[in-house]
Amino acid sequence: MGEFRMPALGADMEEGTVLEWLVAPGDTVRRGDVIAVVDTDKAVIDVECFESGVVDRLLVEPGTRVPVGAALAVIGRRAGSGVSGGPSPDDLVTGTPRATTAPEPPPGPVPRPPTPRGTPPPVRSPIVRHRAAELGVDLTTVPGTGPEGMITRTDLDRTVLHAPETRRPRLADRARVSPYARKLAALRGVDPSTLTGSGPGGLVRARDVLDSAAPRAPQEPRRSADPRAVTAALMARSNREIPHYYLSTQIELGPAADWLRAHNREVPVAERVLPAALLLRAVVLALGKVPELNGHWLDGGFRPAEAVHLGVAVSLRGGGLAAPVVRDAGTLGLDALMARLWDLTARARGGHLRSSEMSGATVTVTNLGDLGVDVVTGVIHPPQIALVGFGTTRPRPWAIEGQVTVRPVVDASLAADHRASDGTTGARLLRELDHLLHKPEELR
Amino acid sequence: MTGPTALPAADNARVLVLDVLRGIAPGPALDALGPHDDLRDTLGLDSLDFQALVVRVCERTGRRIEEDDYDRLADLQGWVELLTAPA
Repeated sequence: MGEFRMPALGADMEEGTVLEWLVAPGDTVRRGDVIAVVDTDKAVIDVECFESGVVDRLLVEPGTRVPVGAALAVIGRRAGSGVSGGPSPDDLVTGTPRATTAPEPPPGPVPRPPTPRGTPPPVRSPIVRHRAAELGVDLTTVPGTGPEGMITRTDLDRTVLHAPETRRPRLADRARVSPYARKLAALRGVDPSTLTGSGPGGLVRARDVLDSAAPRAPQEPRRSADPRAVTAALMARSNREIPHYYLSTQIELGPAADWLRAHNREVPVAERVLPAALLLRAVVLALGKVPELNGHWLDGGFRPAEAVHLGVAVSLRGGGLAAPVVRDAGTLGLDALMARLWDLTARARGGHLRSSEMSGATVTVTNLGDLGVDVVTGVIHPPQIALVGFGTTRPRPWAIEGQVTVRPVVDASLAADHRASDGTTGARLLRELDHLLHKPEELR
Repeated sequence: MTGPTALPAADNARVLVLDVLRGIAPGPALDALGPHDDLRDTLGLDSLDFQALVVRVCERTGRRIEEDDYDRLADLQGWVELLTAPA
């Protein structure tokens, strides 16, 4: 059996709420399928399955808030594996590593008779005890097939699977209206039976309720799935918890613009590099020189990150903001970074970002160059400790060797966490940026 | 080139650019787009969108548009003039 666990969908995520299941027990899932919708408090994310198999059981009711790493579902290798197959480490269907447990013997074809009721059977595995508590299973009713009648996880799984209908989650009921949707419907005075379900088998999902209720209740507080509300909550937390300091500098982009123009003249039109990618590349390289600004503030201390995972703020059409992550940005040359920027932006706007692209940014860049503003004074995305911002690149008067000339100039800013660094460090980053952008050939 | 042959070419260019834009920023703003409306402001195009527009028009016309031309391409009229001018 493999466990599908609550993934960390963002470095700051500690808990998540399962909003919907898009699969039901018995469904075959393939690696990469979106099987659940999770609210991270920051965004509503389509969560992918990491391996193929058959859904055996859903362990968490929609609407339940659980910590990262909690088991959400049991997924078997193939149909019926819940009872026919033994556990195997590579049945694991999540990217989140879990503690290795001692292998359990596969169940025999005929389970041993149950331990007499009333006598608590030996339970050695805390995981089994924990799982039983989670599932609400009385361990005295579970036949143990392990050594000396010990209850194994497989025993527990089998008991739950074969339990009378009344004790099992009412899956048939849930298949029509999810509990979370029902709760929302009650709050909003909507009869869920009047709604058309968009989920599998016509399942009425929370989104259906929200969609139906939205036009009728324009004054209601924004729902958590509203990107504006999520951004609001995150930014409020940032300003509450992070003592920001801000620095900015003007960077003359004449050499960078000339170099880019020459580069773009040589390559096919589709491979042209935009100035935005050059700025991102410079930030990545500058962070390599000032690693004190790349990482997270966790448990009262700064945890430097080994690689630069670059969060790129993308404004969405119709409002809202997403910050998909370019992982290991330091390994990408300029062209590759440009390609990633294309890809992530397109999918962020198309609503097809995946769980694997939502987590782990170690720093974020926001580029408001297209909005015609000069300076952005950013708000850090906790638990990151820095945010680099760029305004619009404009022709401006610029003094070079005592002469005023007109050059393209951009305002670069840094918002940084004063708990983790001081202005001296922040200033080094901006100086590095300036330095790098004056040697554009080194940004390739 | 005489007037009667130039007109259909301009129409073709306009239709082509609008068609490409429909794949990038569809919506009422595009339907109401006038020849001198600023594309970035009216349709909310950013530099990635604009680059996508350039790439797709180049692909469909087989004509290479240089970055030096970008300043002329702020509105639909600019696009039509560029595409109907001799390469």
